[in-house]
Amino acid sequence: MRRYFGRKLLIYIFTFVLAVTIDWLIPRFMPGNPIQILISRAGLKAESANLIYSYYIQAFGLNVPIWQQYLNFWNALFHGDFGISIWLFPQPVIQIIMRAVPFDVLLLLPAILVSWFAGNKFGAYAARSKWLDNTISPLGYILTATPYMWLGIVLGWLFGIILRILPFSGAYSYAMMPSFSWAFVGSLLEHWILPFASLFLVMFGGWAIGMRNMIIYELEADYSHYLEALGAPKKLIRQYAFRNAILPQITGLALQLGVIVAGALVTEIVFSYPGIGYLILQAIQNHDYFLLQGCFLFIIIGVLLANFAIDITYVLVDPRTRTGMQGEG
Amino acid sequence: MPQPKKKNEMLYFMLRNAKLRIGVAVLLIFVVLALVGPLLTKYQPRDYVAPGVEPPSSEFWFGTTSFGEDVFTQFVYGLRATFIVGLIGGGLGTLIGILIGFIAGYRGGIVDEILNMFTNIVLVIPSLVVLLIIAAYLEVRGFLFESIFIGFFAWPWAARAIRAQTFSLRSREFVDLARLSGMKPLKIIIKEIAPNMMSYLLLVYILQFGGAILTAATLDFIGLGPTNSVSLGLMMNNAVIYSALFLGMWWWFIPPGLAITAIVGALYVTNVGLDEVFNPKLREM
Amino acid sequence: MSLQVENLTVYYQTLRGDVHALESTTFGIADGEIMGLAGESGCGKSTLGNSLILLKPPMRFVGGRAELDNEELPIWDMEKMNNFRFKKISTIPQYAMNAMNPIRKIGKMVSELLKSRKVDFKSTLPELKRRLDLVELSHDVLNMYPIELSGGMKQRMVMVLSTLMNPSLLIADEITSALDVSTQKAVAEMLVEFRDREFVKSMIVITHDISILYQIADSIMIMYAGKLAEKASTEVIINSPRHPYTKLLISSLPDIGVKYSQKKLTGIPGKPPLLLDPPTGCRFRERCPVAFEKCLNEPSFIEIEKDHFVACWKEFEKNA
Repeated sequence: MRRYFGRKLLIYIFTFVLAVTIDWLIPRFMPGNPIQILISRAGLKAESANLIYSYYIQAFGLNVPIWQQYLNFWNALFHGDFGISIWLFPQPVIQIIMRAVPFDVLLLLPAILVSWFAGNKFGAYAARSKWLDNTISPLGYILTATPYMWLGIVLGWLFGIILRILPFSGAYSYAMMPSFSWAFVGSLLEHWILPFASLFLVMFGGWAIGMRNMIIYELEADYSHYLEALGAPKKLIRQYAFRNAILPQITGLALQLGVIVAGALVTEIVFSYPGIGYLILQAIQNHDYFLLQGCFLFIIIGVLLANFAIDITYVLVDPRTRTGMQGEG
Repeated sequence: MPQPKKKNEMLYFMLRNAKLRIGVAVLLIFVVLALVGPLLTKYQPRDYVAPGVEPPSSEFWFGTTSFGEDVFTQFVYGLRATFIVGLIGGGLGTLIGILIGFIAGYRGGIVDEILNMFTNIVLVIPSLVVLLIIAAYLEVRGFLFESIFIGFFAWPWAARAIRAQTFSLRSREFVDLARLSGMKPLKIIIKEIAPNMMSYLLLVYILQFGGAILTAATLDFIGLGPTNSVSLGLMMNNAVIYSALFLGMWWWFIPPGLAITAIVGALYVTNVGLDEVFNPKLREM
Repeated sequence: MSLQVENLTVYYQTLRGDVHALESTTFGIADGEIMGLAGESGCGKSTLGNSLILLKPPMRFVGGRAELDNEELPIWDMEKMNNFRFKKISTIPQYAMNAMNPIRKIGKMVSELLKSRKVDFKSTLPELKRRLDLVELSHDVLNMYPIELSGGMKQRMVMVLSTLMNPSLLIADEITSALDVSTQKAVAEMLVEFRDREFVKSMIVITHDISILYQIADSIMIMYAGKLAEKASTEVIINSPRHPYTKLLISSLPDIGVKYSQKKLTGIPGKPPLLLDPPTGCRFRERCPVAFEKCLNEPSFIEIEKDHFVACWKEFEKNA
């Protein structure tokens, strides 16, 4: 087990270093000067512009040698300092991001968990009977092939415009301020349903298909045949197949995190849902590179943490990792 | 009774497989549309053809956008873009995956460890976010760039799958036999291992193709696609930005997404069908 | 008679048609008899073993009947057969080493299996432990995962589990094929011990290795291309076989201590026929050194001496 986790930790560290480096590298080697753009938008006189320019350069730490900038970057990172936003100057990036995080958690956590559990369940049903398979499988393939943003658009259009029963913009009614009132919670949920649904449906399709294939594979395994030969009821065999098939689905979840992030991003854009995805769009539109960098890092950290959580779960669920790692019995 | 030859046998099963037939049929429809479509329209995607917000009619099959552009024209040109990105992006991803996966699987040992770690690192990073960062800083973006970027981040999947397949093939008896008979390693790869991998590589490529299309659609939708041409993702982006939803202009945003769903879905189904043809065990009675 | 099989016919469904894997087999096994079932690969011996306990697609029941202890085995009915499986008829499969759920502790799996078969685990546990002692497995294995056991240990565990309910008939399918010679001996002897202690009444030991059968089997049945060729006591089969195929089979066995330069290894020239469209008449006809015109008709499996069955026109003539 130590070796298993040790190796994973190494990967995470390397990944993090690589990600931070990319994050730091890209803005500095791309064409365009963000400060210049910012200043030119303010439309100042030449001398004032120069003054403000040198102030900003210092404020954003761009006047020291490259390697020092790199180290400064790491230093700031460990202090939780993601820089100052250009677009929403002088708010610190970390503050802006933290405002968006709760909405992401509210949206993503249920969507991922519910779709995973439900998808696996339905996939298991599909593997059981022919006619269930003929209904669930095509549905699953269609859902998993659907681009997230399109499903969001269609759902938003259907329920928001045509049926007019759900809102499709924002996280809560624009007329409200966040508070602990039922009205607010209600509004929150109302605005949450459509983005949740569009994320849920696509992921659900993917898991259902995957689980169906895994279970069929397990039902063909030797241990399933042996149980059959000994007259075990179908229920027991299915139970064992399910337990065995869940394992690759857990690893699958870790592998899908990148895709899920992408999906959440576009879904938030479609619904103007104020999560990090929407923030990224605004950062791009407003040339706020520091905000963009901050979001990128945040997402990477989130993905690494999620990966880690899944790794732990896997070790807890698959007994072979524990015994295998401890050497021959 | 004489046994049918191997090639004919494969063809026979391919034609009989329902999933394969459906998947390929749907794909063909869209491919034909992508090739022939632009010939059917006399406009360019950004031409002003009529006062905007027109629903589909006999003159404008898919209606017009808020700016009076012909949606059908945009659609067929966008289809072309989609297929090209899938081809190149998916192709590049598969190629890199083959290189890395095969070397890791065939050599094993420390080479495998290093390549594996590298693969896992790239796998963990959400590719879209990196693509975003890169694309955001480029003033002008072309088709080729998008395809290449996508390919550069899509390969870990392919590499993993190919590595696993190489492992299993490498330890098969016929490879050992070839090695014992003194065949040179390169020859072994070409004559013994490659033919058995061909079908698998095709399956991998199909999935990469589909994945590239989805990634491109996402990038385009965010507005970070090619700056100088139209694509299905861009159509949806425009539709959302210019309030097509509010105005009920369903002909603007339904076709692009529907096409992507259909194409990617057809690719997946084709993939499953081909898998059944190649692996007799999966064939249903 | 413990097991009586009459005209059992089982085909394999394939996309190209039915493979006549087992054709009109009729034979019987007495209580306490260990019958070896031998033949080339693809002769149908595994099909015979499987059809008696787990006849599922792609196998297709075509005809015949089987009776165990005077009760008909509804082998064509997967549901009804469950009443017989494990308790009256059991199997040690070819894949015994992979037969246990890899993510379940062995003891847990056994208890869940027994519970699902309406057998009380607690009261069975002492007997289970006694049997583990018999096969020299520590009681600790019940707390281990299959991955922690060696191949031989897994095999022995499966042997214990399969025979736990003292079935009337045990079908052991190629259980020594994957083992080294000394383990083979141990496992074979264990089988005999199970029978001697009456854990199992009768056995069908399927193998292509006749030397094992020589050690433990009371009788041997030889199959060829889906049909029965000969059945007799082990002594008779080895020393005085009647069927031409059996004769060639026995004579092609290498003798210990003989060098190739002294006596070359002979096989049987030719290949068994494809069973998709089997030849008419005796299926060994093409390779048989003594075939004649009568062989164009299918010979029946006839008792030419007491407890000695053969399917060969030439031998019938000798008897007549």
